[in-house]
Amino acid sequence: MGKSATTKDDAQALFHSLRSAYSATPTNLKIIDLYVVFAVSTALIQVVYMAIVGSFPFNSFLSGVLSCVGTAVLAVCLRIQVNKENKEFKDLPPERAFADFVLCNLVLHLVIMNFLG
Amino acid sequence: MAVPVDIITKQTTPSSPLRFAFGNVLAFFILLLIGVLAFSIRLFSVIKYESVIHEFDPYFNYRVTQFLIKNGIYDFWNWFDDRTWYPLGRVIGGTVYPGLTLTAGTIWKVLHSLNIPLSVESVCVFTAPVFSAFAAWATYLLTKEVKGTGAGLTAAVLLAMVPSYISRSVAGSYDNEAVAIFALIFTFYLYIKTLNTGSLFYATLNSISYFYMVCSWGGYTFIINLIPMHVLLCIVTGRYSSRLYIAYAPLVVLGTLLAALVPVVGFNAVMTSEHFASFLVFIVIHVVALAYYIKGILSPKMFKVAATLVVSVGVVVCCAVVAVLVAVVASSPTKGWSGRSLSLLDPTYASKYIPIIASVSEHQPPTWPSYFMDINVLAFLVPAGIIACFAPLSDASSFVILYLVMSVYFSGVMVRLMLVLAPAACIMSGIALSEAFDVFTRSIKFHISRLSDTLQTDVVDIIPGNGATPQIDVLKADKKEDLLKERPSRKSKKKEKENVEKPSIKSKKTEKTPLVLPIEASFFALFLTVLLGGFYVVHSVWAAAEAYSAPSIVLTSHSHDGLHVFDDFREAYAWLSHNTEVDDKVASWWDYGYQTTAMANRTVIVDNNTWNNTHIATVGTAMSSPEKAAWEIFNSLDVKYVLVVFGGLVGYPSDDINKFLWMVRIGGGVFPHIKEPDYLRDGQYRIDSEATPTMLNSLMYKLSYFRFVETDGGKGYDRVRRTEIGKKHFKLTHFEEVFTTHHWMVRIYKLKPQKNRIRVKPKKSKSKTSSATPRTGSMKKNPWH
Repeated sequence: MGKSATTKDDAQALFHSLRSAYSATPTNLKIIDLYVVFAVSTALIQVVYMAIVGSFPFNSFLSGVLSCVGTAVLAVCLRIQVNKENKEFKDLPPERAFADFVLCNLVLHLVIMNFLG
Repeated sequence: MAVPVDIITKQTTPSSPLRFAFGNVLAFFILLLIGVLAFSIRLFSVIKYESVIHEFDPYFNYRVTQFLIKNGIYDFWNWFDDRTWYPLGRVIGGTVYPGLTLTAGTIWKVLHSLNIPLSVESVCVFTAPVFSAFAAWATYLLTKEVKGTGAGLTAAVLLAMVPSYISRSVAGSYDNEAVAIFALIFTFYLYIKTLNTGSLFYATLNSISYFYMVCSWGGYTFIINLIPMHVLLCIVTGRYSSRLYIAYAPLVVLGTLLAALVPVVGFNAVMTSEHFASFLVFIVIHVVALAYYIKGILSPKMFKVAATLVVSVGVVVCCAVVAVLVAVVASSPTKGWSGRSLSLLDPTYASKYIPIIASVSEHQPPTWPSYFMDINVLAFLVPAGIIACFAPLSDASSFVILYLVMSVYFSGVMVRLMLVLAPAACIMSGIALSEAFDVFTRSIKFHISRLSDTLQTDVVDIIPGNGATPQIDVLKADKKEDLLKERPSRKSKKKEKENVEKPSIKSKKTEKTPLVLPIEASFFALFLTVLLGGFYVVHSVWAAAEAYSAPSIVLTSHSHDGLHVFDDFREAYAWLSHNTEVDDKVASWWDYGYQTTAMANRTVIVDNNTWNNTHIATVGTAMSSPEKAAWEIFNSLDVKYVLVVFGGLVGYPSDDINKFLWMVRIGGGVFPHIKEPDYLRDGQYRIDSEATPTMLNSLMYKLSYFRFVETDGGKGYDRVRRTEIGKKHFKLTHFEEVFTTHHWMVRIYKLKPQKNRIRVKPKKSKSKTSSATPRTGSMKKNPWH
């Protein structure tokens, strides 16, 4: 039908434009994006495992999932701060952003290790 | 934000760095004085009475702190307390909010390592005033982020003295709110700071401060629901920015983890409805962030295509997820909310389902006068502050407005939540007052400058917005304003002084046309505002000295022959600790449980934690039953002594006879043979000759009024109920009186041991047994019958 064809064309056009726009981003941001995807997929794998095996040491499951989600969120924050197109953060040196990122991760993982049981 | 203001002032006049430095030093000293003020206004009870711990709940915290200091942190976490809720016991490590005790324990340890030998009691008594000084400083920081230094200082002074906060943090009131309010304000400050600066460092600090709040008070759910609400508000009003994401997303992840780390919260952090709002908004903010990102990298046409595609797919997914969530939540009877939270959302819930929550006096809705008593002048400065926050509206000021609105609603549900309203009211009033002062002093300055214009030949244009101002003239004109401003400020309080540096910064900001009032009007208005502040100070000091400094454990009354001190409670607990065995069990109403375990060091049956309604109902039933039935119940609980509080001789109104109806109601809620109408004559609660026989035969009546007629020569006039008692001469068959304090306020009775020889009356005893022990479901059968 015409409608599905146009939606299919639209979807393909959308896909192409997304791809071309994304390939224009600088490499360091792409690395951070890859890290975020890795963290989120690890979290998903853990959830699937819990669904199969059961959630008995619930604190271990929580700490595992939340550590993945936490590092993903912090990496996104780092990406926001390091992105040169962001006018709000143009006078924030990227070293400072990275130092904050490391500090926050340190606190997160200290808590995770305490909660892991 | 602070940075642009600095740049502007530095660019316009070179003399401003000196003024800036002077202003900063002045602000620092003012803050120091505010801290001293906050500390000293809370010392009235120590001066008027003694350095003693007040009320009921602080005694429990004091006992826990003593245990922590004596046994260390590991035993504290694993502590199972067998001296209360006999025979059930209580797991202290998992049911107490450890923030307060850990804070006091740390302070004690630090002081002892420095060889300052303060006793545990002193540290506990003075923790609250010290933390109220910190809370005032936190309010300064928070309001500075919203509106600037002047508003910050005003808000800090208002918080240091607001009677609502004084009532819960006076020296000796060693309760959770003492540190929790500081943690609340500090967490909000760090959130606003992160929102303003977008720095991940402050986001980390925010999460750690939230952790401290979770450790300290059950009211942390207010934070974890208010912040998501604000994020949603920002998104909906189009104020989404990446700083919002940085402020919110790490807080949710780290905050949930840290909250789950505290044993008393545990997995409730992810499973109860109180936290679902934060997860929901977490998902929403990610969706919004993704949408904005895609909008940024796509052309508008393609974005429309993307939007239609996503909407059609997303709606289906959303419906599925929502259906699952609703099913999960609806399966639990309370929809996942705890009883206390439900009673906040639906104010009528507690009186219908949980009479214990309804019976606590601080859970009642406040009356209108209590608003004026607790936040006084701030009550009508708050609307002015709300308007000042709207001009201009920033993320921070929208947050403060939301905080105020929510806390006003909750304070209307429960009196004790007026405490959460107090910081919001202080912030708003501080903003309002400082804006008002700003307008008045700016008018005065404008008129004075115009006056000096006519005196000087060269034109001095200090109307703001002009950068090329000749320096000498500015200095001269400013000196004149300083002199003139000294006049009103000399007869004012110290919070006036910050106006010196405030107008200099504010006047160099943007406005082209100064909004000024006539000079006489502004002088008069300034005087009136100062008078308003004076009223507030006088009221706060009066409230702190007269209304909120009573320790409740020691009572005083003034009469024509001087000051009478009623120290009956401590007398009774001391008697108990000296004249009974260590393992003896004492039964009383739950109000006195904490004090009995802390001061008398005896095992109690029920205490103020009120976690087990059936156990309390058992004690309530025993107090409402006739002597023999009550003896059976108490004997099954291994009770040796029964303690009642009686105020009829001296006119003490919060005694057990006044609380008796609650005992009946709570007991009747679990044991249906106790019916409240049995104790009321025509719906009225009486203890005189018109009282019902059930009332006159109940254990509470007998234990309160045993031998009462001996005090006033046969009349038995009860000073609280203002009548003569109904049954005057009677003997106790199953209890014997062992101690009555000096003013008859606390009476202790011992259970008489079982008779050795039982006279067997066949028919009569059978009917007696069957009528005396209908509650066989609740306790084991007495083996002697």
